[in-house]
Amino acid sequence: MKQNTLKLSKPVNLTRRKVTNSVMISLCVIAGVITILPLLYIFFYTTKSGISSLNPDFFTQLPKPVGETGGGMANAITGSLILIGIGGLIGIPVGVLSGIYISEYSGNITSTVVKFITDILSGVPSIVIGIFAYGIIVLPMQRFSALAGGFALGILMIPTVTKVTEEMLRLIPQSLREASLALGVSRWKTTLRIVLTTASSGIVTGILLATARAAGETAPLLFTSFGNSFWQTNIDEPMAALPLQIFAYAISPYEDWHRQAWAGAFVLIFLVFTVNLLVRYVTRKKY
Amino acid sequence: MEIQETEDIVTEDTDETDKISGRESKTAIQTKKLSVYFNDRPAIEDISLKIKRNTVTAIIGPSGCGKSTFLRSLNLMHDMTPKARVYGEILIQNEDITEFNAVDVRKKVGMVFQKPNPFPTMTIYENAVSGLKLNGKTKKSELDEIAEKNLKYAGLWEEVKDRLKTPAMSLSGGQQQRLCIARTIAVRPDIILMDEPTSALDPISTSKIEELIYNFKNHYTIVIVTHNMQQAARISDLTAFFYLGKLIEYSKTRRMFTNPKEKLTEAYVTGKFG
Repeated sequence: MKQNTLKLSKPVNLTRRKVTNSVMISLCVIAGVITILPLLYIFFYTTKSGISSLNPDFFTQLPKPVGETGGGMANAITGSLILIGIGGLIGIPVGVLSGIYISEYSGNITSTVVKFITDILSGVPSIVIGIFAYGIIVLPMQRFSALAGGFALGILMIPTVTKVTEEMLRLIPQSLREASLALGVSRWKTTLRIVLTTASSGIVTGILLATARAAGETAPLLFTSFGNSFWQTNIDEPMAALPLQIFAYAISPYEDWHRQAWAGAFVLIFLVFTVNLLVRYVTRKKY
Repeated sequence: MEIQETEDIVTEDTDETDKISGRESKTAIQTKKLSVYFNDRPAIEDISLKIKRNTVTAIIGPSGCGKSTFLRSLNLMHDMTPKARVYGEILIQNEDITEFNAVDVRKKVGMVFQKPNPFPTMTIYENAVSGLKLNGKTKKSELDEIAEKNLKYAGLWEEVKDRLKTPAMSLSGGQQQRLCIARTIAVRPDIILMDEPTSALDPISTSKIEELIYNFKNHYTIVIVTHNMQQAARISDLTAFFYLGKLIEYSKTRRMFTNPKEKLTEAYVTGKFG
């Protein structure tokens, strides 16, 4: 009987391979640490500088005139919520629907063009979007308004939401669509009740992240929503927003305002953090 | 399993007088010079055959011979592929299906796929009645009854009756496939198309599904694509052999496997190629 002649040949440069391996792994670990360090630092620093100025007044009071201490950012917090609300009303439906169009009705010229334009739109600087909103809403209305600010945020959200919707829908296997169609279910019902439902957690994630992103945008609001030191909930008037208020306070020469800016930054980060946690909760594995 | 003898319908003419849909007709499906092209390349060409009511017809042939393409043209699934073009005629109960809405055709012509594909966001119960629910039927008592009836019919009821509200994805592959069959028959189709329904399953699950197919014959016309020739021999009354997009031979299964007319068929069923 023939003997088993399985023999392992020893690589000539085994040591070199081991060294290369550990060097590359170390580089990856270092890169990972570099990624988390800035966030930890930001979190730590804003908490340290902001939490001391955080009190019930901050959430309930209006900004005080220069010279008086105290006051809060109630108007800016409300303003931000309103602006994001308007932005979401524009950005979410348009984004989700065009994502459906690109994914489910691909293969024709229009859908390819929409996809291409969406990619470009996501690369347009947010300040340019602000100028755009200024041009088509602020100028004709003859005044700054929350409407223009919300519109700018909405435009900013569209490409993110579109992209995420498209990608999530593409992950749904074709066999699932066919399973539904084969039951005599119409195409729009299949898209709505099967495809969109199955992809919903991913799409919701995208929407929440786009919203969190928009919540922190300052540039597009500079000459649209403009900011306001007073209580304002009328959407065709200039409105305060957290990032704007932080910006205005941070560049002011007053010590008290600086502290308030830190508190504002802390609230903003806390909001984004909460949204991210919410995302984790929504996308947790159910099945 | 005894293969039931049937009349040879390949040469026999259908009763052409029976033209109104819903009425009994001996021919369930008839294709006339059916060709399907993808990007101008033919996948099947000039397929003309008749499939008799309440029979199981197997379609065999090597990979890429157009079996699935043929099957999918019978419930207008190619409508979903922009680059597919279908020529020729497809008659179901003697009526040209292209004159009907694809949605209505698919209610009459159900389909079971190769890979079990229950809806992942739905429970076992919801899957079983999904076709009805998605089409607007919502009366709970009725749905409950239909779910139970069809799960029993698909031989799954005893295994799932205590956990109808659990996700369908928690079932095994074989159970999922039987759930898909229950889902398909809940829409009350006349014809069921099966595209290699057992090729992703273990032998025990396979035999359960084959048993179902055999029992289904009294109520449905079944067209099954299979790679497994033993399976074709076990469950089908008639067999069609496809090769390179053409129909090579179509006759009673017993003859096909014992005394085929064509050399090519003989070579394939004896395992000389494929």
